[in-house]
Amino acid sequence: MEWKFDDGRAIYSQIVEQMKLFIVSGLLPAGSKLPAVRELAQEASVNPNTMQRALSELEFTGLVYTNRTSGRFVTDDSEKIAQANETLAQSVITDFLERMEKLGYSKDETKTLISNIQNGGENNE
Amino acid sequence: MNDIVMQCESLCKSYGSKKALDGVSFSLGRGKIVGLLGPNGSGKTTLIKIANGLLTATSGRLTVDGHEIGVETKKKISYLSDCLALPDYMRVSELIDFYKDFYEDFDKEKAYKMVDNLGVDKFARLKTLSKGTKEKVQLILTMSRNADLYLLDEPMGGVDPATRDYILSTIISNYTEHSTVVISTHLISDVEKILDEVIFINSGKIVLEDTVDNIREKQNKSVDELFREVFKC
Repeated sequence: MEWKFDDGRAIYSQIVEQMKLFIVSGLLPAGSKLPAVRELAQEASVNPNTMQRALSELEFTGLVYTNRTSGRFVTDDSEKIAQANETLAQSVITDFLERMEKLGYSKDETKTLISNIQNGGENNE
Repeated sequence: MNDIVMQCESLCKSYGSKKALDGVSFSLGRGKIVGLLGPNGSGKTTLIKIANGLLTATSGRLTVDGHEIGVETKKKISYLSDCLALPDYMRVSELIDFYKDFYEDFDKEKAYKMVDNLGVDKFARLKTLSKGTKEKVQLILTMSRNADLYLLDEPMGGVDPATRDYILSTIISNYTEHSTVVISTHLISDVEKILDEVIFINSGKIVLEDTVDNIREKQNKSVDELFREVFKC
């Protein structure tokens, strides 16, 4: 797993985002056991308390759960993961539309541009 | 064992007419990694030296785990000095034995593991090593103790970025709920991800004390950016 952090945003929330990405992309498969907090912290080179806070947040969303005796696991509820995936996809699109708006494109113009690019791509193949 | 590992109350230190510390008060809990950040000459080293009993405060009070500075607190503090304070004719392995004799909480196995990981020649005499390697040896000795409080004064000034990463990962892996690590440094962007809290100090006064995530959330900038802004020359 590769970790990247931006400046100017809380580190724990960036960990939450990236862990979600690891889960929906299957890098952390459904039902799999998570490494210990300290190991994860070391891997991401972040403070163990920050990692702990991020994991608590993920637990709150239900994407991971703690088994009192055997550690922390990724949820095996595939619906929950699919839901998280959709939420992530939506936020990517919202970001993208905002950036297009800054470039002066209306939503319709953006749509036309997307289909043009898709068609163009097919012609090239 | 106290919940507060280190506490300062209106701590002052003057060198002649110059005030190096001017009424510093704060307390540190256990299980924290704290950055002591400030420009050159702001009082970081003075503060750390008072905690180690190498300097005495002009006024005010500093306690470690509830004790006044003395023999008891030296057992609890593992200190990395900002300059080389070891006999340089000794070999690395001799220094490890030296520390083992001196400190009952010294973990020899841990020290040799780090020596291997960092590729330090254990038979080399300290004076034959480069500046960066000397720093590595000092850090190995400091981090191989199981202390309550680690005071690291500029632990990474002379080492390359890859070693810096190793040092930071050593600090993380060494983390326990009962010990606290204080890192004094200018290399903020390197350390800020591993810090819980930062203390900004300037001209002997504390100007800011907050958690890293609070700063990032409230100011929308990294601690490094904030530092550059606050201490703009």
